[in-house]
Amino acid sequence: MRNSFDHKLIQLNNDLIRMGGMIEEAIASAITALRENDAELARKVVKNDRFVDDEEKNIESQCLSIILREQPVARDLRKVSAALKMVTDMERIADNAADIAEISIIADVSALMHILNEIKTMSEKVITMVSHAVDSFVNTDMQLANDTIKADDEVDELFISIRNKIVQLIKDEACSGDVAVDALMIVKYLERIADHAVNICEWVEFFETGEYKNTQII
Amino acid sequence: MSENESIKISTKNVNLYYGENHALKDINLDIKTNKITAFIGPSGCGKSTFLKSLNRMNDLIPGCRITGQFLLDGEDIYVPGVDTNLLRRRIGMVFQKPNPFPMSIYDNIAYGPRVHGIKGKAKLDRIVEESLIGAAVFDEVKDRLHKSALSLSGGQQQRICIARAIAVQPEVILMDEPTSALDPVSTLKIEELMNTLKEKYTVAIVTHNMQQATRISDYTAFFLVGEMVEYAKTEELFSRPQDKRTEDYITGRFG
Amino acid sequence: MEKPVINSLTKKRRRVSDIVLKVLIFTSAAIVVALTLGMIIYIVVKGMEGLSWNFLSTPAFSYPYENYGVLGNIVNTLYLVVITLLVATPIGVGAAIYLTEYAKQGRLTRIIEFTTETLAGIPSIIYGLFGSVFFYNIFKVNYSILTGALTLSIMVLPTIIRTTQEAIKTVPLGYREGSIGLGAPKWHMIRTVVLPSCIDGILTSVILSIGRIVGESAALIFTAGIAADFNFDSIADIFTKVMNQGGSLTVQLYQYAQRGGSEMKYAFSTALVLLITVLIINICAKLVAYRIRKKRSV
Repeated sequence: MRNSFDHKLIQLNNDLIRMGGMIEEAIASAITALRENDAELARKVVKNDRFVDDEEKNIESQCLSIILREQPVARDLRKVSAALKMVTDMERIADNAADIAEISIIADVSALMHILNEIKTMSEKVITMVSHAVDSFVNTDMQLANDTIKADDEVDELFISIRNKIVQLIKDEACSGDVAVDALMIVKYLERIADHAVNICEWVEFFETGEYKNTQII
Repeated sequence: MSENESIKISTKNVNLYYGENHALKDINLDIKTNKITAFIGPSGCGKSTFLKSLNRMNDLIPGCRITGQFLLDGEDIYVPGVDTNLLRRRIGMVFQKPNPFPMSIYDNIAYGPRVHGIKGKAKLDRIVEESLIGAAVFDEVKDRLHKSALSLSGGQQQRICIARAIAVQPEVILMDEPTSALDPVSTLKIEELMNTLKEKYTVAIVTHNMQQATRISDYTAFFLVGEMVEYAKTEELFSRPQDKRTEDYITGRFG
Repeated sequence: MEKPVINSLTKKRRRVSDIVLKVLIFTSAAIVVALTLGMIIYIVVKGMEGLSWNFLSTPAFSYPYENYGVLGNIVNTLYLVVITLLVATPIGVGAAIYLTEYAKQGRLTRIIEFTTETLAGIPSIIYGLFGSVFFYNIFKVNYSILTGALTLSIMVLPTIIRTTQEAIKTVPLGYREGSIGLGAPKWHMIRTVVLPSCIDGILTSVILSIGRIVGESAALIFTAGIAADFNFDSIADIFTKVMNQGGSLTVQLYQYAQRGGSEMKYAFSTALVLLITVLIINICAKLVAYRIRKKRSV
């Protein structure tokens, strides 16, 4: 029963996985570009953001088409509407990665050698969160979604600790103000990405229960 | 479900048998006053049977046996001594196929009031007009009240049947797939009408069309092989069904 | 065998069996039409010979015996038709309503229905025999139009009951449900919805009955007798006539035919009159049916 509908839902899942892969790669490449001062790679990340935007539109149009043609209810309705909401977060994640890449092109943060490693650690955690967030939706894994939401605390702690280090660097006049602000923006972007990953996980919760941020919205 | 809604009809442990066939199993369901309650489920699930048992139309079927309680405003309608004619005046019915009598539109609407002893042209004229207005069909037929009701379109006929039902001022209107024989425009007109009907009446409707149930009803009950599987607010049932069988049915992954 | 062209829309393949069947069907139809037309033409031609105003306005065998006519028989036939229908229709329709609407469907109703069907198959002479004995005991008259009409009533009852039953069964369930659903009591439903809807069926049964009444002879010889006087001297005679003998057209036909010879032509004339009478009665019934239907559909 409803083979074509099920096929469309599988297609939607696959495209979400693909988009997830694209944004994970964007974050990783942006951080690599930053650490290795690879302007070429950074420009590629900025350029590839367009493809993520295209993928977002593709998924949105799939969702709207499913709503129009299949009139999904219950679980199907929650799945499609969650997908429709979470692609926005995914697209923002890609935007933030592109923002990091842009900063890496204009700013020379090599002066901040000793906090770059911590930024790398933070970015790895963030990438894992994003990956788990998308996985938890695709595989309807509530446990993974909850764990991912909890992981955000670690990222927040890392953010505070790096921020404090940057503040210390400014106090010690160990780096220029420009560089310090750029570095702060980069970690802020990473922190924002983690928040978007949390948002995605919250849509997973909605998909499972109909509750979004502890409110029954359907 | 919120507590301030009053209950019009309450059924308790209702079982219904057609001969050996156990057609309804332990149905417990409260129909709320001035709400539209939809019964959905696959063919043969007992939803129509249940609807018809609400005003004892099943009495017409030989070999039909019912246990349990049906309380209309707290009064059991299946105890001996109940006047079924009066009961059916209080709980009216609209059927799947538009079934106006082969007489004039006027006589169709006046049929019920006449049955219940209302006489006098002025009085009947008023009832006929009010009922036709209430069923949103007055403007279309006002110039041909004395023409045969069978000359109307299917959608108009069904609204005539609704007008005929409300002419006896019922408290509850039962509708058995009232739009399944109609085109989409007529269907929408009747759905629109049902929304205004619920201001005055309590409406229970059987429908095969789940979109229709989601559009018009306040509560939905899902039936499966004689059981009432789930009963909830329509939005809840269609967004977060609690029972796997409901989920499978409404998402179309049934059977 | 050549491979048939199956995708051609214009080249229709004709199968031999189709053609044979078609020919057979047309032949059967032709035989029926030819027989009917032939019979009617034969009767009209032979009947015209003896038909005259005098024949129509004279009672048969009035003295002296040279008078040949059917006036009395026409009147007697009309009497029989009217009285029989007045008796049989209400009883038949009532029985049909009881059987379909009220009687519990089961062995008893099946037995009653079987009996009615059997009744329809009993030869009319037996009705005649029974009627003459049974009603003689009631009215103490050997022959009378009333006895004949009552006997005929018994005879046409099965037709009326069965046809009406069938008509009642075809009333859409929707009408009944609609009426009951509005809180109408059962009898009210039957009166206002069921009966008006099967008026056509009832009329059909009446027309069929008229056919049987007009065409009946065997049952009438024993019961209504053969006399064909035409005595309407006072208004009271209109009513007392029912207790008198009254031979119908068919009985008269039988008598003319039995005597044969020169009277044979009058047998055909009577047959012609009989045909025309049936025709007129049927047209009237159809007109009534048409009027009723028109009135109902407004």
